[in-house]
This record gives sequence, C-alpha cells and structure tokens, in this order.
Amino acid sequence: MLTFAVRRLVLAVPTLLFISFVIFMLLQLAPGDPMAQVPLTVPPEVKEKMRQALGVGEPPLVQYWKWLVQVFWLEPKVFIDWLTNSSTLLGWLPDTQLYQNELRVISWQTRSPVMDIVIQRIPQTLWVVGLAYIVGILIALPIGIYSAYRQYSVFDQSGTFITMIGFSIPPFFTGPLLIVIFSVQLGWFPSIYDTTLVVDSWASLKLQFQQMILPVMVLALQTTAQISRYMRASMLDNLNQDYVRTARAKGLSEAVVVTVHVLRNSMIPVITVIALNVPAIFGGAIITENVFKVNGIGQLLITALFANDLPMVMTLTFIFAVLIVLFNLIADVLYGLLDPRIRYD
Amino acid sequence: MTEPVQASPVPIEALADKGPLTPPRSQWRDVWDQFRKHKGAMFGGGFLLFITLAVLVGPWIWQVDAQKLDIRNKDMRPIWTALWDGTAKVAWNRPFGTDQLGRDQLAQIIQGGRTSMAVGWAAMILSLIIGTTVGVLAGFVKKADGLLMRLTDLFLSLPILPLLLVAVTLFRQPLRAAFGPEGGMFVLIVGIIAITSWMPTARIVRGDILALKEREFILAARSIGTTPFRIVQRHLLPNVLSPIMVSATLGLATAIITESALSFLGVGFPSDFPTWGKMLADAVSRMQQFPERVYLPGIAISLTVLSVNYLGDGLRDALDPRIRGR
Repeated sequence: MLTFAVRRLVLAVPTLLFISFVIFMLLQLAPGDPMAQVPLTVPPEVKEKMRQALGVGEPPLVQYWKWLVQVFWLEPKVFIDWLTNSSTLLGWLPDTQLYQNELRVISWQTRSPVMDIVIQRIPQTLWVVGLAYIVGILIALPIGIYSAYRQYSVFDQSGTFITMIGFSIPPFFTGPLLIVIFSVQLGWFPSIYDTTLVVDSWASLKLQFQQMILPVMVLALQTTAQISRYMRASMLDNLNQDYVRTARAKGLSEAVVVTVHVLRNSMIPVITVIALNVPAIFGGAIITENVFKVNGIGQLLITALFANDLPMVMTLTFIFAVLIVLFNLIADVLYGLLDPRIRYD
Repeated sequence: MTEPVQASPVPIEALADKGPLTPPRSQWRDVWDQFRKHKGAMFGGGFLLFITLAVLVGPWIWQVDAQKLDIRNKDMRPIWTALWDGTAKVAWNRPFGTDQLGRDQLAQIIQGGRTSMAVGWAAMILSLIIGTTVGVLAGFVKKADGLLMRLTDLFLSLPILPLLLVAVTLFRQPLRAAFGPEGGMFVLIVGIIAITSWMPTARIVRGDILALKEREFILAARSIGTTPFRIVQRHLLPNVLSPIMVSATLGLATAIITESALSFLGVGFPSDFPTWGKMLADAVSRMQQFPERVYLPGIAISLTVLSVNYLGDGLRDALDPRIRGR
C-alpha cells in the first residue's frame, strides 16, 4: 500500500508539470498586453524596462522555467519563513530566513505577490465550500440509506425526484431564487457575503451564520443530489448479498444489520466518490461565489481573467489542477485501505 | 414384475407447438416497450421534443423580432400579472412582457432557446465523435491503448471550468475575426465544451470494445476475411450503441448547463445576442422589480436539463437487457 501511494505520488509530478506547461503555453497565446494601460507618453524604452520588470520580455520557455522556480522553490521558502517567524504553531523555532528578496510571482493587477493574495482569499472559500460539502454529505447519507432500504416506496420516489431536480437546476438559478425568497421577501438572511465581518461576539457569530446559510444551501443542494444517489445505489448492491441474509438468520436486529453490516460495506465506494468530488466542488463554487459576492479564490480567478492578470490566472488554475490530482490520489489510496479485496501491489 | 414402460410418454407441452406462438420481436421493439413503462422518461422525451420543436418553428409562429427595440413599451409585465395586479402594465401582444429596452421576452426566450439548444446538441455530438473515436481506437488497436488512455487521464485531471473561462477569454478575438461575432463565439463554445467533455464516453467505449473483441462473432468475422475497419463499423459500433446513447443524454445536459454558466459569468455570446443564461444574468440586478425575467429563462434551462436527465434515466433502463423485461 505504501509503495503504491509513493509510486502514485511520484507519477503525479510529471502529470502536474505537463498540465502546468499546457496552461502556460495556452496563456502565452493571450492577446492582451500588460502595458496596455500605460499612457502613450511613456517612451518605448521605459515601457520595455517595465515589461522586463514584470518578467514578460524573455522567451516563453525561460518564463516558464522562472515560473516553476518561483512556485516550487521560492514560495516554499517564503512559507517556511512564515512558519518559523510568525505562525503560532512553529513560531518557537529559530527564524530560518531562507527567502532573500528574490522576485516572487507578481500579480499584474496589484503588483503584489500572487500567493499572498491567494492565502488571503482561501479561508472564505474554505469556510463556504467546506461547510457546504459537509452539510451536503450529512443530509445525503441518511436519505440514500433510507431510500435504498425502502426501495420504490413513496420516500424513495420523492427522493429520486428531488435529487433529479438538484442535478438539473444550475446554481446560477438557485442562487438568485434563494436571494429573492429569503433576503428580499422574507428578509431573513443578507444576500451578500460580508468578508470584513469580525467574529468577536455572539451577535457577530449569529451574523456570520446568517450570511453563510444561503451560499451553503446552494452548494449543498448539488452535493446532496449526487452523494445520495451514490449512497442509494451502493446500498442496493449490498442489501441483496448473501452475508446480509446470514446476518438476519443469526437473529441480529434490522438496525444492526443495516447500520453495521450493510452500511460499512456500502460506504467504501461512497467515500471515494466524496473524495473525488472535492475539486469539482471548488470549481463549481466559482459561480456560487460570484452570485453571493464571496471574495474567495473563484471570484479572484474571474476578476483576474477580466483584468488580463496572467500570473494570477496561471497560478490559480494550477492550484485547481493540484487539487484534482491530489484528491484522485487520495481516493485511490482510500479505496485500497478500506476494501481488503483490492490489492495494488 | 415391473410396470411396463409407457409406450409414448406425454410430450413436453412446448415441443408440441407447431411454430412460434407470437411473431418474433425485434430488439428495438423491446427497448421501446421498456422505455414506455418509465413515466419520467416519457415525460422527459416529450418535453425535450416539444422544446426543440418550439425553438425550431417558434420564430415562424411568433413573428416578433427579438432584437427590435420598442422603448415606449419597455418594462412590461407578463400577461398573467394582471390576475393579481390590475394596475400592472400588460398587453396581449407581449404575453411574456418586455425588458428594459422594450424587446419582446417571448421572442427572446425562443431565440435564446435556439442558441442554447444548438450549442448543446452540437457540443454533445462533437464530444461523442471524439470520445467514440478515441475509445474505439484505444480498445481495438493495442499499440494506441496506453498512449490514448494516459491522454484521457490527463484530460480528466484538468480543471475544466477555470480552463473554459481562460480559453473563452483568450480565443474570443481571433475567432470573432474569423467567423463573425456570433459564429466565432458558437464555434469557440462548442469546440471548448466538446474538447473538455469527451473523456467519460471514451472510457466506457474502450471498456466495452475490449470485452467485445474477444467474443466469437468477432473471430468469425475475422476468419471470413473482414477488414478491421468493417469489423468496427459492422460488428463493434452497433454493440456499443447503448452506452453511447446514455452518455449522449448526459452530455447534452452538461453542455446546456455549461453554456448557460459561461453566459452567466459574462464570457459567453455578445451582449445583443440572447441566450437563456445571458437573459438570466442580465435580469439578476433588477430581479426585485421584475422577478419573471429571472424565472422564465431559469425555468427553461432547468426544465430542459431535467427532461434530458429523465430521458437518460429511462434510456439506461430500456437499453440494459438485464433490466429489460422485468
């Protein structure tokens, strides 16, 4: 198992390198010019220097190499410095001072390091997306289990219908719909996610919850629809197996048979699906963040695209790719760990 | 001592029949009979047919130009608003109301539906062609298998929505110059959706081809000298038709949603060219006063996708011989 995980990790490196190369070359075709906003009175040689400062004067391959160095060598250094310098967890260690003011990946919009902005934005995305995912799973699992146990019952039929609707209504429709109902008509929740809110009292905690409910609902609807389908199918596969009959014949109660014997075996494929869907949720959150004005990384990507901020777009797309490759790997390893019939070696 | 053996035992009933009692049934007849039992799929198929016909022949029946500005009659409400609000500005010749520039909403919905459906069908067909070609090649040609499947894995680990956004913003200008503003955008969106959604089809087709090509009927075909191309065309492709059809319905649903999402995020078709996603996005800012401008295109998208999903569900049941006949 360990050798399999290590082999997959090693294989992930060339995959990620190739993906980053493809994205980089795609972005090289971009028609935009970062100097387009500079006034025409600026002489060409100054413009050329500004171009050099942004790192766009070099041939593409050199630029790509520099980007690689910046992301895989300089950024970890900065991160380690931050860990030993100002984080509470490892702040007691002596300051490492690995980073010696080399040029990091610079955003063309703000002229500040891309990674700093990404780090600022990630908590918002994680709060909304992560919470939505957990809520979605917690709703989906009981629904899936019960509708498989009572197959073709009224509950199962209506569950199927509701999940079909959850599949079919896109988030850019449910979002405005929920805003109209809950923040315009009823006035219960704010329609805009306020990221400047500081949670320091019970009142502000309540506000924080209120503003998170709508985006979490939109995202959780999608998750619930998918996961409960998988849960139901997986339970149905297991409910007719011989070992279930044996368990019943031993005189175990229905509750024990379903929740212990069947559920444990049915969870194996569901857990891998849960792991595989995490990156997709991050991608789908781009729309939800846009609807509710959450300034997470999805919204950052959109604004960077419209502002022609190529280093930011490149780094963010690469982060999404890393998430996908990483969670594919986690899903494979989990599958091997949970199911003793599967042996990779 | 022993009983004498009966001279002529009673023949088994079935063997006594002179011929088959019922006329033989074709496979597609069975599929249709099973499909008909699935109520949701029948509704879905019917609605999809209805909406496709509506957007196809709609412009001939409702002959109002979707682009015509009629600023005196702007911001009209749909006709049913008069039921509860007598003072609302409604008119029978504008049944779905008009937008802030006085453009007729019904004509816009029909026009937008044309675009959305055209993008959906074209992207689905293109992605099926790519996926089936890759799948058949990988399953049938052993040398190509490793390379093509690594390529599929690579495409599966690309972040689709961010890449779609990147690609649309990057290639908009050159393609617009080549095919005109609407044509260029159509080619771009269809191409990008197809290129990023063929992988599941390729995997399913490859798996089925790998199992099928070891079967006796392929050996028989080969032994009478059938060329590989004819084997694929005559024997393999008809046998993988059912998984392809199921993934076609899924592909249609995703393509429609993706196109609307791109329009919603503001990277889709040009601003004077209605699509359902674009109408929805434009109306969100004023949805307190005019909620119907959000509901109508939103319901159109959702119902179409819902019906396509139900259709796929029914097709999956009908095309699976293990479920059929139960």
